[in-house]
Amino acid sequence: MTEHSAVWGYAVTAHHSPGRLAGLTGVAGQPARLVTGAGLAAAVSTVSLAEFGEQPLRQRLEDLAWLEATARAHHQVIEALPGPVIPLRLATIYRDDSKVAGLLAERQAGFAAALDQLTARAEWGVKLFAAGRTADPAPADQPGAGPGASYLRRRRHQLSALDRARREDAALAQELHAALRAIAAAAQLRPAQAAELTGEDGHAMLLNATYLVDDAAAARFAAAVRELGQRHGTRTELTGPWPPYSFALPGAGA
Amino acid sequence: MSHPVPRHPDGALRTERIALVDLLDRVLAGGVVISGEIRLSIADEDLVQISLQALVASVRTGLGELGD
Repeated sequence: MTEHSAVWGYAVTAHHSPGRLAGLTGVAGQPARLVTGAGLAAAVSTVSLAEFGEQPLRQRLEDLAWLEATARAHHQVIEALPGPVIPLRLATIYRDDSKVAGLLAERQAGFAAALDQLTARAEWGVKLFAAGRTADPAPADQPGAGPGASYLRRRRHQLSALDRARREDAALAQELHAALRAIAAAAQLRPAQAAELTGEDGHAMLLNATYLVDDAAAARFAAAVRELGQRHGTRTELTGPWPPYSFALPGAGA
Repeated sequence: MSHPVPRHPDGALRTERIALVDLLDRVLAGGVVISGEIRLSIADEDLVQISLQALVASVRTGLGELGD
């Protein structure tokens, strides 16, 4: 370690022999390696302070191209680690290996308990989108009604149809979340993603949730997502298996 | 680097390219936060906001460039 370098952390796992990460590349094209201690291991890379010190890091985090490359490299290392893992948040940086080893020793009990909770489980993301709707036909004009009255009648009809659609959407999201929550060990509701981000103009995102699911229940979970989508003619999207980013902290998610 | 054998053969809809918005949501807002020696000191909310604003701006630009 020099004064010009620091240590980027990817995740904490149970102890492995240091050679397990041979050939694995992480952020800034740096090799990933393990720091071991207290029966645990932290996957890390050495990084330069010129790029990863606080000031340059702040700037780089606003550069989407850099952020994307770094996030994908961070994820790639975490995904390659065998067994249960506790992912660290992006941009968790330590002064040197001895600080990392010290952290493992200091937090050994908490890490071991978390690894136990995450064993043979994975995170799955679920999104639900509103069905495209054709507008209800406008009500027929009353004979003898003036144009103003006709307009108001059509407008009331429109608004009540919209209100009804929104209530149906909410019920659908509720139904899916309840079914999946019953299969999963834990769940977290995320904010719906803006249409600009997903390219789903015209199909509102009704549910954006992430679940911690036993491996043995993964097929049943996926089937439940598909089944509801098919039954209601709505589009669902399942992503995973993810490392348990959303459930890394004990008690994260309900 | 060879792709590791998936640990979950039941894994349904693995996409070749994980959507960036889904990845950023997890790595920026998830994961354990342990203060490091040089842990970025801006609030984690700021971290997410900065990145999501950049992402939305980038997507809008991209959509504009595609034309009709």
